[in-house]
Amino acid sequence: MVPFGGWDMPVEYSGLIAEHQAVRTAAGLFDVSHMGEFEVAGPGALAFLQRVTANHVAKLAVGQAQYSALPMPTGCPVDDIILYRRGPERYLIVVNAANIAKDWEWLRSQVPSGCTLEDQSEAFALIALQGPKAEAILQGLTPVDLKAVAFYRFAEGSVCSHQAIVARTGYTGEDGFELFLAPRDAPAVWRQLIEAGRPQGLQPAGLGARDTLRLEARMMLYGNDMDETTTLIEAGLAWIVSFDEAKGDWSGRDVLLEQKTKGASRKLVGFEATERGIPRHGYPVFQGDEQTGSVTSGTFAPFLQKSIGLTYLPAARAAVGTELAVGIRGRRIGARVVPTPFYKRPR
Amino acid sequence: MYPQGYRYSKDHEWIAVEGDRGRVGITDYAQKQLGDVVFVELPEVGRRLAAGEQFGTVESVKAVSELYAPVAGEVVEVNGPLADKPEAINQDPHGAAWMIVLKLADPKAPGGLLDAAAYEALVASESK
Repeated sequence: MVPFGGWDMPVEYSGLIAEHQAVRTAAGLFDVSHMGEFEVAGPGALAFLQRVTANHVAKLAVGQAQYSALPMPTGCPVDDIILYRRGPERYLIVVNAANIAKDWEWLRSQVPSGCTLEDQSEAFALIALQGPKAEAILQGLTPVDLKAVAFYRFAEGSVCSHQAIVARTGYTGEDGFELFLAPRDAPAVWRQLIEAGRPQGLQPAGLGARDTLRLEARMMLYGNDMDETTTLIEAGLAWIVSFDEAKGDWSGRDVLLEQKTKGASRKLVGFEATERGIPRHGYPVFQGDEQTGSVTSGTFAPFLQKSIGLTYLPAARAAVGTELAVGIRGRRIGARVVPTPFYKRPR
Repeated sequence: MYPQGYRYSKDHEWIAVEGDRGRVGITDYAQKQLGDVVFVELPEVGRRLAAGEQFGTVESVKAVSELYAPVAGEVVEVNGPLADKPEAINQDPHGAAWMIVLKLADPKAPGGLLDAAAYEALVASESK
């Protein structure tokens, strides 16, 4: 167990690699109850969220989720989030555990009248069931027709007879679900999922596998791959930034529009090692003799069986195929910029 | 669990001494702490090591760990094939996953090392 965002979390259960492979080939079960949840509700909710998030909130139907961020006037994120529309005027924001207090202050100071903001982090446990067998395992335990719940959609129903939000979202690059439950119901749901899933290869999976899985899928980790000094455009998140006129003005729009139009001076790219070694967070990245970046996330990728990582590079020197070197405890290993995601699941 | 004939360092290496030579590896406790090992770097034959000197590294997905010589000596053999199957360190840390053989600088008594019972007690106290 390790301390993480104020929680004691298991790094691994049976072993990181076995858990990682289980998620890629069968299914894994993660306790991610540390994530924070805020509810935004009221007639002013849409206008408020349009102003404080980067994506186009009006595109969300009830029962739909959206990956987004809370941008600052600098175009850099306070956090990255998933927004769930639970009702015509009711939204749930899921935020990173380490940022709950910061996000709360950021949002609370901007809430207009006609809109309420409530911290519901203590009201939800969150269990993620991820992997190609996730739907088959979960379908036996819920009356919700999972085939009707598309990617980034969710249903309000029950799992193991306990009330739940069943969302087809995740952080592994696989198909799967995230189940929002009352904390008192979560242990029973966890046990029943493990029991029902074990014959199909389900394994409990820890923080370690969560990190290697998300990195293979090039999903970013706030605090490593983006923070208050990296703009959303630099981070490669233009796809969650909306400049639609109907969205109106919002914090950071001008800066990001200019970067999108003229191009940012640096960008986050993926690389793979061409020699033995594991690039890790903070290791220097060289082009020739010049250090041009540092590793924001890096690991040995258990499914791909190679070392991979992310780094910010000068935009003019960041094309796919660019040769790099990564400094690993005093020596250098070769690496090359590659297209991302590193891993894309077969469909 | 921990072979009776081996001696153990507080850095979680073991050494099995025969005559003036000692085979060196990491303990079962060390491999469990590391988790799945994916890389190992070992020295060249001929390298002279002081007691406690770093002779290599092992890396798991989640961590890097340095390897220290439990006693002084010269590297006379290296388990080369281990580099291509580092998972052996998790599977058989006290056997097939030996790392180097040292020609001991002082074959008489590997001082400052623990016997199996003392090492087990150390591990028990660290696991608390």
